Amino acid sequence: MSFLEYAPAPESTAILHLRDEYGLFIDGAWTEGRGATFPTISPATEKRIATISSADATDVDRAVAAARRAYEKTWSRMPGGDRGKYLFRIARLLQERAREFAVAESLDNGKPIKESRDVDIPLVAAWFFYYAGWADKLDYAGLGAAPRALGVAAQVIPWNFPLLMLAWKIAPALAAGNTVVLKPAETTPLTALLFAEVVQQADLPPGVVNILTGAGDTGQALVEHPGVDKVAFTGSTAVGRQIARAVAGTGKKVTLELGGKAANIVFDDAPIDEAVEGIVDGIFFNQGHVCCAGSRLLVQENVHDEVVERLKTRMATLRLGDPLDKNTDIGAINSAEQLERIRALSAAGEEEGAERWSAPCVIPDTGFWFAPTIFDNVSTSSRIAREEIFGPVLSILTFRTPGEAIAKANNTPYGLSAGIWSDKGAKILAVADRLRAGVVWANAFNRFDPASPFGGYKESGYGREGGRHGLGAYLTTGPSKGGA
Amino acid sequence: MRLIGADLTEKSLRLHLEGLPGVDAVGLERRAASLAGRSIKTTSKARALDTIIRLTDLTTLEGADTPGKVRSLVAKALTPDPARPDTPRVAAVCVYGDMVPTALGALGSAHGDPDDGGVSVAAVATAFPSGRASLAVKLADTRDAVENGADEIDMVIDRGAFLAGRYGEVFEQIVAVKDACRRGDGTFASLKVILETGELATYDGIRRASWLAILAGGDFIKTSTGKVGPAATLPVTLLMLEVVRDWHRLTGERIGVKPAGGIRSAKQAIGYLVTVAETAGERWLQPHLFRFGASSLLNDVLLQRQRLLTGHYSGPDYVTMD
Amino acid sequence: MTRLAVPKTYKLYIGGRFPRSESGRSYEVTTPDGAFLANASLASRKDARDAVVAARAAVAAWSGATAYNRGQVLYRVAELLEGRAEQFAAEIRDAEGVSAAAARAQVDAAVDTWVWYAGWCDKYAQVAGSGNPVAGPFFNISVPEATGVVAIVAPQESAGASLLGLVAVVAPALVAGNAVVVIADRAHPLSAIGLAEVMATSDVPGGVVNVLTGSPAEIAPWLASHADVNALDLAGAGALDWVPLVVAAAATLKRVQDPEPGVPGWSLQRILATTETKTVWHTKALL
Repeated sequence: MSFLEYAPAPESTAILHLRDEYGLFIDGAWTEGRGATFPTISPATEKRIATISSADATDVDRAVAAARRAYEKTWSRMPGGDRGKYLFRIARLLQERAREFAVAESLDNGKPIKESRDVDIPLVAAWFFYYAGWADKLDYAGLGAAPRALGVAAQVIPWNFPLLMLAWKIAPALAAGNTVVLKPAETTPLTALLFAEVVQQADLPPGVVNILTGAGDTGQALVEHPGVDKVAFTGSTAVGRQIARAVAGTGKKVTLELGGKAANIVFDDAPIDEAVEGIVDGIFFNQGHVCCAGSRLLVQENVHDEVVERLKTRMATLRLGDPLDKNTDIGAINSAEQLERIRALSAAGEEEGAERWSAPCVIPDTGFWFAPTIFDNVSTSSRIAREEIFGPVLSILTFRTPGEAIAKANNTPYGLSAGIWSDKGAKILAVADRLRAGVVWANAFNRFDPASPFGGYKESGYGREGGRHGLGAYLTTGPSKGGA
Repeated sequence: MRLIGADLTEKSLRLHLEGLPGVDAVGLERRAASLAGRSIKTTSKARALDTIIRLTDLTTLEGADTPGKVRSLVAKALTPDPARPDTPRVAAVCVYGDMVPTALGALGSAHGDPDDGGVSVAAVATAFPSGRASLAVKLADTRDAVENGADEIDMVIDRGAFLAGRYGEVFEQIVAVKDACRRGDGTFASLKVILETGELATYDGIRRASWLAILAGGDFIKTSTGKVGPAATLPVTLLMLEVVRDWHRLTGERIGVKPAGGIRSAKQAIGYLVTVAETAGERWLQPHLFRFGASSLLNDVLLQRQRLLTGHYSGPDYVTMD
Repeated sequence: MTRLAVPKTYKLYIGGRFPRSESGRSYEVTTPDGAFLANASLASRKDARDAVVAARAAVAAWSGATAYNRGQVLYRVAELLEGRAEQFAAEIRDAEGVSAAAARAQVDAAVDTWVWYAGWCDKYAQVAGSGNPVAGPFFNISVPEATGVVAIVAPQESAGASLLGLVAVVAPALVAGNAVVVIADRAHPLSAIGLAEVMATSDVPGGVVNVLTGSPAEIAPWLASHADVNALDLAGAGALDWVPLVVAAAATLKRVQDPEPGVPGWSLQRILATTETKTVWHTKALL
């Protein structure tokens, strides 16, 4: 028996006390949705976890009305310091229940427990803690004197970081004095519903946070609702485009965090072992279900063979399997639909002549899985070099000079993130200057922090989340539009 | 040797060592932390604990060492847990050169190659731990230990020369010590080269020193004397394992790695095993390629072993002092 | 006997040159009383296309220039405008039918607007950027920079502000290093071309500012849907059917500023509306 065949080390699900059915969380209380119910399943086993309500247009009306009432009657009138205290409470409650949330997230999403436990949930608590402190300091946000909240924020989030995206949306919105109606993704509603319990434990005034579950039509009804003042969306560029069209002319303020096709640039003077780790972090973190994933490796041609060889060796040590096992590196693909998309694009990559190599993983019998895969000799015109795959699939391209690296990195309609690997500081800074991307990691990749603004250029969306900039997305200094 | 495209000179050695890829400390430490986070349970843990014992150089390097202390150490090496005779033996005992005859006498017929189940004797030499002596003294120190029957020599490099950039001098000293490891029958005592990573300070320096020691003929690269803090750390060991992995890819030759000092708990040591397996490969998990230099580690491993076997937690009165 | 005047031919301003519309079209510009002033070029969609090409070509050098340099260039525009203030005031008086004093006051305000924005070039990034104290061993900084090519509909029917309205939307877009394609006030385009002449003789590189005269309703849709335009400022589009322009801009997720009445005031927010915030992380270690 090989030493590397670590015995199973599953995180216990006994910590979870889930209900069999969940309703909608509106005005501080649970209520049944009027749409058809649907199951949320574990993508690792395809087993049902719970039955989820879906909100129809009437439910959206009720939730927006509740948020409006809460905004006008309590939240916008409350001293910022008190809003902050509520957010601090939420941060602490999340820390207290961190393991429970991590298990729920891995169960519902399929991501490895080591990521939900060590990355997602700690960042969620950090996000609330960070923005809690802003609530009574809005005058210092750099927007001028006495900035005001916008009103009711409609927030629609994706399935890749369910609770973390909720935190990115709710924490700054509430700190700035807005109330929210949030819709989690159809396939990953669980932690948002558990978060509603935290909202109750924190004794937040009813209607300040409303959680609506459902599919795309629920999200559309919410975003297009006339009672909404702010729309924040994270998801695909296609849906982001629809939202941008839908809100045209309405005066709603919009933040869009959309797709990406990030270049991870490895120069020949890179710290090579760390660069290989960074490539792995860049594309295999969260099964590649990351909008800012480093999905295009741009490697300097003179070190291409060396880097690819080391990368393959490293990939062979990745462990794919049970998301709740503490040693799992690669969890399940979130849905059958997403798996199909990854398969189709990978097939296109092969047809276009790129060389495919997958890590030797045993694929479980049930659930949705895709082995970590790289495509070498990818041409710039190939679909897998241009389209977002949103899976554990890396396209490898080469460059000869820094100028060529920059040109290839920027040659995409997206502009969310990029990575640079070099030991030469002057080159890193010059390249970072010229990359058209909202987040640039130098000798690192996929790092997040509530103090650090995140968001894209071009078709990766607009607005920033995180930091002072993220707060500004929920404030205005313009003339009041009536209401409270 | 023409590995670096020119005869080995001070200049070509410098070009080679300074041309090695840099190390990003944040990334290295992040990777080490991730390896340390592996969760090793049940059967894997049982195997890991026995592997740690088999790879341990049970060490005493005190000014106050006496023959009695060394005999006690050897007894512990041979029978780590008297209540459980199936407990494996350690790889070696590590002592000062003058204690080699005592150690050999105490080992008796158990003395032998740890890869074949024996216990060998390692001696520190070359004006350990500072290395501040003339080359003649260092060589005499080494020959003395080898003549006394040491199977393995743990030498220290001249950190002063290394930090001053006199790589050639460090290289020549290692070559000379290696030569002094030659026994009368033409075989060599195995040479472990202690880099004293805590004094080299930077990861770039540690990578260079690792290459230098291997190029000069070291059989093992070892982190520390245990007399300087920080001693072994997981990131440093990971870095040295990357070097031996790369050397193997280049030459086909396998060099050993020995983290020493500061590894006190079984949990820590398991993190090292994981790091070895996932970096250089499982093949390195044998006595001629990986060792722990430790003294208090063994008892913690024995406590954990008892916990696994009995199902309840043990206590310090149930393991022996060495 | 009075001397016979030599009237000026008003053309477009694209890529630092003054071409006629490729369409060969022009339209009559009159005083408020209906008296003929000039024939302005009636720009076509192809002129808009050419202007975007020129603007894109200019972005790299202009946004790559030092902030100090951009500040000096914008200040130089103010200097040259001041030097030609009498001429602009006279043109404005004729074109807008306002008093000499009002015309001169408008020119003065336009000059001051250039000066105000010139001073921002090497400051806006300090005010709008941030050093971010992340929980880890990283140097982390956020800095705004130019978004690229900005298409602008200048305030229309801007009697009393035909020059000032244009400057109030063009100058803020230039601060960060964007290149601009601006559709001038259809009714009062002459001072826009006058300003282009100032640009051409100042140190503003060709292509950084491109001025189209003609019908915003005709040209703006082509700019709104142009995939190589990064941002759309609809300041003066309030009287147009502008929502479809926003919808068109959504195809490539352009940054859009909705119409606003009158002449936009001096505003840091206007500068930031055509910037992108870039956040750079770098590992930090002694070892």
